Amino acid sequence: MQAFSNAGSGDIVLAIARRIVENRSYLSDIDGLIGDGDHGVNMAKGFSLAAERLRGEPRPLAASLAALGDVLMTEIGGSMGPLYGVMFSGFAEALDGVEEIDAAAFERMLRHGLEEVQSIGAAKVGDKTLIDAFAPALEAFSAATAKGESFAAALDALIAAAEKGRDSTIDLVAKIGRAARLGERSRGVLDPGATSCAIILRSLAEGAKAKLAGAQ
Amino acid sequence: MQRFINDPDLVVEDTVRGFVKAHRDLVKLGENPKVVAYVEAPIRGKVGVITGGGSGHEPAFVGYVGRNMLDAVAVGEIFSSPTAKSFHDAMKIADGGRGVVCLYGNYAGDNMNVKMAVKLAAKDGVEVLTVVANDDVCSAPLDQREKRRGVAGEILMWKCGAAKAALGASLQEVQATAQKAIDNCRSIGVGLGPCTLPAVGHPNFNIEAGKMEVGIGHHGEPGTHVEPLKTAAEVARDMVKAVLDDHNLPSGAEVAVLISGLGATPTNELYILNDTVDDEVHARGLKVARAYIGNFFTSLEMVGATLTIMALDEELKQLLAVEVACPAPL
Repeated sequence: MQAFSNAGSGDIVLAIARRIVENRSYLSDIDGLIGDGDHGVNMAKGFSLAAERLRGEPRPLAASLAALGDVLMTEIGGSMGPLYGVMFSGFAEALDGVEEIDAAAFERMLRHGLEEVQSIGAAKVGDKTLIDAFAPALEAFSAATAKGESFAAALDALIAAAEKGRDSTIDLVAKIGRAARLGERSRGVLDPGATSCAIILRSLAEGAKAKLAGAQ
Repeated sequence: MQRFINDPDLVVEDTVRGFVKAHRDLVKLGENPKVVAYVEAPIRGKVGVITGGGSGHEPAFVGYVGRNMLDAVAVGEIFSSPTAKSFHDAMKIADGGRGVVCLYGNYAGDNMNVKMAVKLAAKDGVEVLTVVANDDVCSAPLDQREKRRGVAGEILMWKCGAAKAALGASLQEVQATAQKAIDNCRSIGVGLGPCTLPAVGHPNFNIEAGKMEVGIGHHGEPGTHVEPLKTAAEVARDMVKAVLDDHNLPSGAEVAVLISGLGATPTNELYILNDTVDDEVHARGLKVARAYIGNFFTSLEMVGATLTIMALDEELKQLLAVEVACPAPL
């Protein structure tokens, strides 16, 4: 079976946090074009705070995701705090009690996270938000597994779709959030939320792939 | 960047500590250091009145905590909504047993965090009603008022809502009065120069020399248009027109006028604006019952000003006259 253990995979969350912190200035710079310019700063603050709390003893992936979701929701604020907070808490809920994470469990995790984001935000695909990276990534992952592709190949499809979705935001006009007030002037630049979401999904998928390779 | 800061990542913490030290007689810090409360909060038998918002707008939001004013404020990062936890903690500290109203501005983050906090408060058995300010006329057309941002009109909403609560009104009555107060407010901002978030280090938008951005938001959200900077009198006339054309007030109506600097505009220029604003309002057959001129709701060191005009009825007039003690001017 293509699967990796929940118990030994909490370090994937540390890797996600590292990637967000590395992209602090980049995310703030693109946010500066159509927002406040603080997206990277706030994201890095939340993810590094979570990483500090998680360092030390190894934890299951579900527990680490839950801790990250909790920090983002209770410590970060803004709109990205609650949105990413419920996303990671949703991931954690879906993995709770799952010992071996296979493609089906991974898909349930993604789907529950997306549902949670959509339960507090009103964004749809095409509104120039993180949903533009997240929704197609989930779709590509399910389509690949439905076609019988391996878990690892489905993760590659997920990364490619997330990044294609992220790039699609360049040509979009923001419909929601602070950039929406720019109207046409929001066209031509990446959406910061879709960009951070693609970073998160790539790093999550790469972490899962490394675990799968290690499990073989 | 020529700024008085220690660590750019800790400007909010440092600000709040200094604020509380300055106003120990009126405010206290909650167990959550991102919640500032009135020293007497919670007041038994009174509806709690709270707000919350990003930092960088001082003296808003924290400056309006006080006697006959807000019971607690949730503090966010610079220009960023407070967390759901901070809103929730502010609700808890303000609850005197008759419920809490949360009077806040229409921004995506605040909407989400308040919504989550209201649910958390309900679990504690605290009923929370909300009013969302949407007084900025340039942020959406009148028929989409629910999309408009909340700006300096929020201060008048807090004042009326808090005064109503202080007079012993019920939770529903306080909510209804605060809603009426903000429904009666219209605001517009004009920006002449950008602001810089300390943690970012460079201006977050540009306004060319000799230009002004009409309809600018409290965080530099772009306005309706950029045009050459005109005289104060012409700018004031444009601002009054934008605000009153949206208002449709009958001749003889009484109004409150609030002109707030955005952070780096000298106070005397606000009076220069008011010189024409007052004339223009009277020329339309309206009467200025109260005028508030100063730095009430700033945007870091943005150059510019906002104008808010609130239509008054007897109740709102009386509520604005209720005496208060809070750190901010009012």
